[in-house]
Amino acid sequence: MFDYNFHWRPVMKSLPDLLEASLLTLQVAVLAMILGIIIGLCLALIRLNMRGPLRWIASTWVELARNTPALFQLFFFGFGLGAFGLHLSPYMIVLAGLTFNCAGYLAENFRGGFQAVPDTQIRASRSLGMNAWQAYTRIVIPQVFRIVYHPITNQMVWAVLMSSLGMLVGFRELSGETQFFASRTFRIFEYFAVTAVIYYVIVKLILGASRLLATRLFRY
Amino acid sequence: MIEIHDLHKYFGSLHVLKGINLNVEKGEVLSVIGASGSGKSTLLYCINGLEPVQQSNAVVDGTDVHAKGTDINKLRQQLGMVFQQWNSFPHLTALENVALAPKIVKGKSKAEAREIAAQQLKHVGLGEKLDVYPSALSGGQQQRLAIARALAMEPEYMLFDEATSALDPELVGEVLETMRMLAEEGMTMICVTHEMGFARDVSDRVAFFHQGVMEEIGPPEQIFGNPQSEHTQKFLANVR
Ligand SMILES: Nc1ncnc2c1ncn2[C@@H]1O[C@H](COP(=O)(O)OP(=O)(O)O)[C@@H](O)[C@H]1O
Ligand SMILES: [Mg+2]
Repeated sequence: MFDYNFHWRPVMKSLPDLLEASLLTLQVAVLAMILGIIIGLCLALIRLNMRGPLRWIASTWVELARNTPALFQLFFFGFGLGAFGLHLSPYMIVLAGLTFNCAGYLAENFRGGFQAVPDTQIRASRSLGMNAWQAYTRIVIPQVFRIVYHPITNQMVWAVLMSSLGMLVGFRELSGETQFFASRTFRIFEYFAVTAVIYYVIVKLILGASRLLATRLFRY
Repeated sequence: MIEIHDLHKYFGSLHVLKGINLNVEKGEVLSVIGASGSGKSTLLYCINGLEPVQQSNAVVDGTDVHAKGTDINKLRQQLGMVFQQWNSFPHLTALENVALAPKIVKGKSKAEAREIAAQQLKHVGLGEKLDVYPSALSGGQQQRLAIARALAMEPEYMLFDEATSALDPELVGEVLETMRMLAEEGMTMICVTHEMGFARDVSDRVAFFHQGVMEEIGPPEQIFGNPQSEHTQKFLANVR
């Protein structure tokens, strides 16, 4: 019954293409994370300090990002906006979808981080003559950053893995590229097995780099 | 000189300070005693503008703390403050804890700020701990770190808010010793404290607070030896 013959040659031949596509995967994940961190920080600060419509928007964003399938979020930026005549490129769909998702998750991490730094730290800073900006940037944010460092690393891993949804909106990142070659050669298992290994290596590299960086950043 | 005239403070409808009148002269050490909730901490926060007030002129060296045009960040450099919870900055070494404000608030060079910091840490007996993170310091050491951090701004006044209340009993002494040293050096100090021995031995005057009112103020001999107000008598009978 097990009469499938493995053929690895076609996969090996397209390995350079796959590796190039994995750079695209990494690129879109990193961009989504950078945007996600900036937006997530804003969302957290809005939810912690503001009232009114802005706060409502921030809360809704976080709720939707965390409680609906990431695939649907991607589809929204693809087919959803498409229905209103706004057609994004596959790259932009994935970037927007991932950013939306990451910002929502990171916002909650940041919110927890800010709540974990006691108000008395700000009081002490202000009593030394620091203005509010100095107290935040010198005292609060560095502590929050440490608290959210590992959650950010995890989110980065998620961003890489989630970007594989891109193949469903026609984006030729690592998974999209794999799908393209696999359907042309019918070596579907071989292609996706190799791609899984590439994902695995990327994730391990991210985790290793993050750990290395942490030992340099956090001495306390 | 700190001049407080008819200071009122409300938290919502809660009337926490009910018309405080108080002058503190340069070089004076004033201890503030009283039951918990009587408004002692709030008084300190009003003096350095950490709490807004509804009615007052609290004047520090001629500058009205709560006036619109006052540069509060500049004024606070005159008013070092030490809290009950020592509030070390956990992500900075002892030296960096102390050097930060001189650098970013006063604009000292990095080298200058570090020199000031090292000097102040030595001053409070932490000369060996410059490169240690607060997590490796005891509560007493962290409180002395907080004192050094405040002193590094070269303040004219030091405000202590129950600096020893959160410490393990065996660590209280080293912090009181440091405060006593400052007093002997001529620092002007307002010390909210539950340490009656310290209040008696070190202060020039002692003020007793009761439910937002300064019931009695006078030299320690009077407050401890011959208290006039009934509330003061009751309070002292209980803490002894
Ligand atoms: N931020 C605040 N909001 C509301 N009430 C407060 C606040 N801070 C202090 N209070 C109240 O003000 C009163 C005086 O507090 P406080 O100055 O801390 O007293 P003490 O330092 O003498 O123990 C207390 O009743 C306290 O509950
Ligand atoms: Mg208090």
